[in-house]
Amino acid sequence: MQHSQISEFGYILLFIVGAIVFVIVALTVARLIRPNRPNVEKLSSYECGEEPVGSAWGQFNVRFYIVALIFILFDVELVFLFPWATVFGNRELIQATNGLWGWFALAEMFLFVGILVLGLAYAWVKGYLDWVKPQIKTPTFKTNVPAQLYEQINRKYAGKSPVAQPLEQAEIES
Amino acid sequence: MRSWFVRIVYSGVVEAGPVRPWRTKAFAKVYGSYDKIQSFYNIMFAFLFFLAFILGYVVFAVYAERKVSAFIQDRLGPMEVGYYGLIQTIADLIKLLQKEDIVPENADKRLFMAAPVLIFTAVFAGFAVLPLTPDVIGSGANVGVFYLLTIITLDIIGLLIAGWSSNNKYSLLGAMRSVAQIISYEVPLGLIVLCVVMLCQTLDLQAISYQQGIWINQYAGNGLNYAQEVNYLFGISNIDVTQVGGFLTWNVFRMPLFFIAYIIFFIATLAESNRAPFDIPEAESELIGGFHTEYSGFRFAILFLAEYAMMLLVSLLGVVLFLGSWNTPLPNVGSIKLAEWTSGVPGTVYGNLMGAFWLLSKAMAIIFVQMWVRWTYPRLRVDQLMYLCWKVLTPASLVLLVLTGIWRLWM
Repeated sequence: MQHSQISEFGYILLFIVGAIVFVIVALTVARLIRPNRPNVEKLSSYECGEEPVGSAWGQFNVRFYIVALIFILFDVELVFLFPWATVFGNRELIQATNGLWGWFALAEMFLFVGILVLGLAYAWVKGYLDWVKPQIKTPTFKTNVPAQLYEQINRKYAGKSPVAQPLEQAEIES
Repeated sequence: MRSWFVRIVYSGVVEAGPVRPWRTKAFAKVYGSYDKIQSFYNIMFAFLFFLAFILGYVVFAVYAERKVSAFIQDRLGPMEVGYYGLIQTIADLIKLLQKEDIVPENADKRLFMAAPVLIFTAVFAGFAVLPLTPDVIGSGANVGVFYLLTIITLDIIGLLIAGWSSNNKYSLLGAMRSVAQIISYEVPLGLIVLCVVMLCQTLDLQAISYQQGIWINQYAGNGLNYAQEVNYLFGISNIDVTQVGGFLTWNVFRMPLFFIAYIIFFIATLAESNRAPFDIPEAESELIGGFHTEYSGFRFAILFLAEYAMMLLVSLLGVVLFLGSWNTPLPNVGSIKLAEWTSGVPGTVYGNLMGAFWLLSKAMAIIFVQMWVRWTYPRLRVDQLMYLCWKVLTPASLVLLVLTGIWRLWM
């Protein structure tokens, strides 16, 4: 059993090495047939035709870091939950303990998940899960045209779009 | 030499069949025991098949994507190269192969060149534990699905390396958004996969596959023995569907809430593979191409390949975990044994061919839905994205986790 599992991981290694070899071979073939004529313009960073200003390696929004922290919280939880999930419903163990095994294991894990849910709730209440929302700006433009004129026009053309079918128009008018 | 190659390529199917031309003592003396040769052939077959299939699939999927989008938007799509534009993608590939490979002056060159290798390798390594047919699977490691979730996480590091090393503002922004999005959606995804593991009590994807069909009693591997297992519809213990099979024994029908679980899984995998409506990391209209803005030529093609391979991987995983894996959707109805006729016994050529057929056609259907979603829904804003993940999907999957646990013990 031990030995066979090791060879199973060997096959996984075959997939990994195979993928690397495939990519390298493909890139080498491309290297052999493609041209290579670099110049300063080509090698500059792409910024829609503008001269790039400064380096991209600067400061970054701290929210990305917070998201990563919350992710770590849950990922560690998942790592612990996976081995548990394969045994908590084990039929032999449940029969040997008169059904106590399953419920006990489940209760234990509820406690564990519950503590982590508290963590999520904390982040939620503190507002760490809210991304910056765009502010909707209502225009404050003063106009001499009275508002009811707009309403009249809206009412008149309600439901009429340029591509509206004749049948629909007839329905609206009637 | 040629016959040796043919053997390796076809042995996965032929060797498993009743006709085993080289199952002789002399052969075994030279190459080891028959079972070892058989399993080695199957693994080589799985490896070569997946590699070739991903290449063929990407060519097909890019064409399909363009045609599907065209028909949804009332256009024709590619029409010039070949009949109905059929070889358009092949022409594109040849073009990419000849394009100059530009590495920007300001980039961190080593990381920049290594990132596509890492990204493709991480995604391809995920295919190692996916069962293709009842007999063919890359690696039968008993931590299957756990390994898969772990290895595709390496993809994120690849994205970050690609974005960071480009030293381009668009790339870095795209990579950061991508990473934030993928790790966020990894949480509901992991929790939903955990629900399936709780129901199936195993991490081995082949065992999960056997559990969802009429051959459940034939599985014995990795220390598991399902000879006495019984499948109940929705887990209700007086509707025995073990011998009925078909869609009735799929995981979505073994537990009533798994429909909801599958929807959460599907949404999370859309986000994992950066597909619309979760494509702000690559939002063409604002970020050019996200993390791969600076990539060109075949290095870009590799990234593209990895992206489509990821789509295929998550669709296959969804099919294996929820939609019956390689099992047929047709149930046995009385004496009309539809399930048995359309699936064939594991270990026979017919059984393996039908297994691969059902698995891949289900996956293709899911990929079509992914494309359909992409061309139907508008892109989510970043705050909507985080809201959906942390405040809707994560609590929902936690509730599902609790309910699955109770259901598993109660049924």
